[in-house]
Amino acid sequence: MALLQITEPGQRVDPHQRKVAAGIDLGTTNSLIASVRDGIAQTLPDSQGQHLLPSVVQFKEKSTLVGQSALDSAEEDPLNTILSVKRMMGRGIDDIERLGERLPYDFANTENGMVKINTVAGDKSPIEISSEILKELVGRAHRSFSGHLDGVVITVPAYFDDAQRQATRDAARLAGLTVLRLLNEPTAAAVAYGLDSGYEGLVAVYDLGGGTFDISILRLTRGVFEVVATGGNSALGGDDFDKCIAEWIITESGYKQDLSPRQLRSLILKARALKELLSDNDVADVDVSIDGLYFLGQLTRNHMNELVANLITDSMNACRRVLRDADETEISNVVMVGGSTRMHAVRQAVTDFFGVEPLVNIDPDQVIAIGAAEQANILVGNKPQDEMLLLDVLPLSLGIETMGGLAEKIIQRNTSIPISKSQEYTTYKDGQTAMLFHVVQGERELVSDCRSLASFELRGIPAMVAGAARIEVTFQVDADGLLSVSARELTTGINTSVMIKPSYGLSELEISDMLRASIDFAEDDVKVRSLAEARVEAMSLIDALELALGQDGDRLLQPDDLASLEEGISILRKVSRTNDINAINDEVRTLSVTSEKFAALRMDSAVRSAFSGLHIDQLQED
Amino acid sequence: MDFSQNYFEIFQLSVSFDLDTEDLSKRYRSLQSRLHPDKFVDATDHEKRLSLQWATRVNAAYQIISSDLSRAIYLLELKGVLIQENPKLPKNFLIEQIERREELDKILEDGCSMELLAAFKGEIDKCTADYLAEFSEIYLTNLRDAEIVVYKLQFFNKLSLQVNKIEDKILGY
Repeated sequence: MALLQITEPGQRVDPHQRKVAAGIDLGTTNSLIASVRDGIAQTLPDSQGQHLLPSVVQFKEKSTLVGQSALDSAEEDPLNTILSVKRMMGRGIDDIERLGERLPYDFANTENGMVKINTVAGDKSPIEISSEILKELVGRAHRSFSGHLDGVVITVPAYFDDAQRQATRDAARLAGLTVLRLLNEPTAAAVAYGLDSGYEGLVAVYDLGGGTFDISILRLTRGVFEVVATGGNSALGGDDFDKCIAEWIITESGYKQDLSPRQLRSLILKARALKELLSDNDVADVDVSIDGLYFLGQLTRNHMNELVANLITDSMNACRRVLRDADETEISNVVMVGGSTRMHAVRQAVTDFFGVEPLVNIDPDQVIAIGAAEQANILVGNKPQDEMLLLDVLPLSLGIETMGGLAEKIIQRNTSIPISKSQEYTTYKDGQTAMLFHVVQGERELVSDCRSLASFELRGIPAMVAGAARIEVTFQVDADGLLSVSARELTTGINTSVMIKPSYGLSELEISDMLRASIDFAEDDVKVRSLAEARVEAMSLIDALELALGQDGDRLLQPDDLASLEEGISILRKVSRTNDINAINDEVRTLSVTSEKFAALRMDSAVRSAFSGLHIDQLQED
Repeated sequence: MDFSQNYFEIFQLSVSFDLDTEDLSKRYRSLQSRLHPDKFVDATDHEKRLSLQWATRVNAAYQIISSDLSRAIYLLELKGVLIQENPKLPKNFLIEQIERREELDKILEDGCSMELLAAFKGEIDKCTADYLAEFSEIYLTNLRDAEIVVYKLQFFNKLSLQVNKIEDKILGY
């Protein structure tokens, strides 16, 4: 029998050293990466000491620029310089036209209506563009830690639908990142504030970023963050404030012609500068001269507030609705997130509505990345004793299309995730062996008013008379809010295969093609690669099992079972030193099966401890 | 994982309509903080799957028994009573429902003031509370009547959802 390994409680058993994880705020206007170092979450600068990375990508024939240098050339090269790509994530051309965006890009025609932008470097999807931003951020982490990043937490607006979340995850995959979790931005902000203060109660997170507005109500209890309700508007943000100001300049200038992409871009940048100036000043001088569009004058803060009053009202209406959804009125704290919350008018409206002074002491631009870094640090296993848990909800109802273009809701908005729902369907023709489903997300009754997520086909339904087959379709939403579908014919027990085709995303095949293209490897390399992959899988199984054995092995296992697991580990360790890919994969499978009993015991033990902990709490309270 | 456990047993609670919601949510959070997939990032694939199944089941159970109406329906289900799609209800109740709908329509026609809407909602909430109390009292002894009360509660729930929809419209959604 192996010697007992004695470690301090909560400390990892070797070989599990401290891992490196980072939090990424992939924003509409700016992006940030942060990591916990020496117990403190800090954003990481680039080599020039800049923390904020403008979310801008400029494609050139042979190279790609990301960040400030790309932003600087936005005026000169508007067609190849992509700003606010986040607004296009997981969206189709139709969506973007419906939003009434005046985007100065040359959109490529695609068969399925997916957005692709025609650039000198070829047609680029929003996913590819976002992955360039991620790569740039990760470069900072590699510089800071001179090495490997074990995993990242990427934040997304709470209101992001499945397609948008999936697109974000795919961008991370293209950038070669291990995603520990997609985290809702407002939750990340609450983590940044809540972790240190040990605060309990209801918190509203008001997040007015560059392109999206989110309002979330969170309940914080004993280290558990529970998203009670989320709402917002995925097409309202600081950019819209800039647009309002830009429209005002156009009107004042009397300029009547259509604006060129270059003019539009310059004007928006001018408007943004004005907005920022008026956060600190009561009045600002306006001096615009762009290719024939001239205006010289002044804008007061009060006048600007009038220009954007409708936008602020829109955001307050969303607050009202989310409070009702949460069935709560007593908000004890409001966290402010996003550069636009520096505006006086916004802060005032929030204070008036919630009746509390909002929290602003963490930089509103950094607060999300900092919270994400804290969460990444916990998820990667650096704080095993930490009790913090984030419980999230599904932001938009999931449904499927039924007769007459109606959406039948399968899982309601604000349901806690992970969740699954099963629904039964039947065939309507004799001998029918396939069925087509269309999955949508949204609150409206008509499919055409909801977001189209994907269609999937059930195949392999046993041929029967119409109405005899009973097909149970299970919709599983995981902790990241991502949907997967499985199906089974109940009378025969036959599993039917499900093929999902995302409406506006990349298919599994396209992603692996892109990954392959980016690596560009020869026949021999394929073998080397699969051997490396098999070894990685073996090591992660060994790591996971040793960690679990260190925690619970002696406590939960009979000596025989413990010995056979330890033997399995040592066999797998030996085999994985060889070059025999098949043997490694076989042993991984064998050990996985051997460990299943232990896994079940650990789960049962976790459930028991959940309730025993509770009784102690109650005793203490009494 | 024991799938034969009912939703109350998952929380180690006795099967009952009367429930301390504060206690339930403590149990819920305590379970999730040990079973949630976030606690299994480092675990084997099998444990990850178990965690996802458990967390999913705990969420489903919590969703059903934390809300009064769905808990009532679930209790009937446990006793073998399945809720019908088009139940037969007493005539005077149906007439009362029609009158309430007309009242709501009138509020809409008259420019839809938030105050009138709030008063209407208050009325619905009060009726709902009364029926819930009735259900709690009778469901152990009189299943047939308890079922009828659930149908009545469903009517009021629908009305309440309709008021929410109207509010959404006023708020610009």
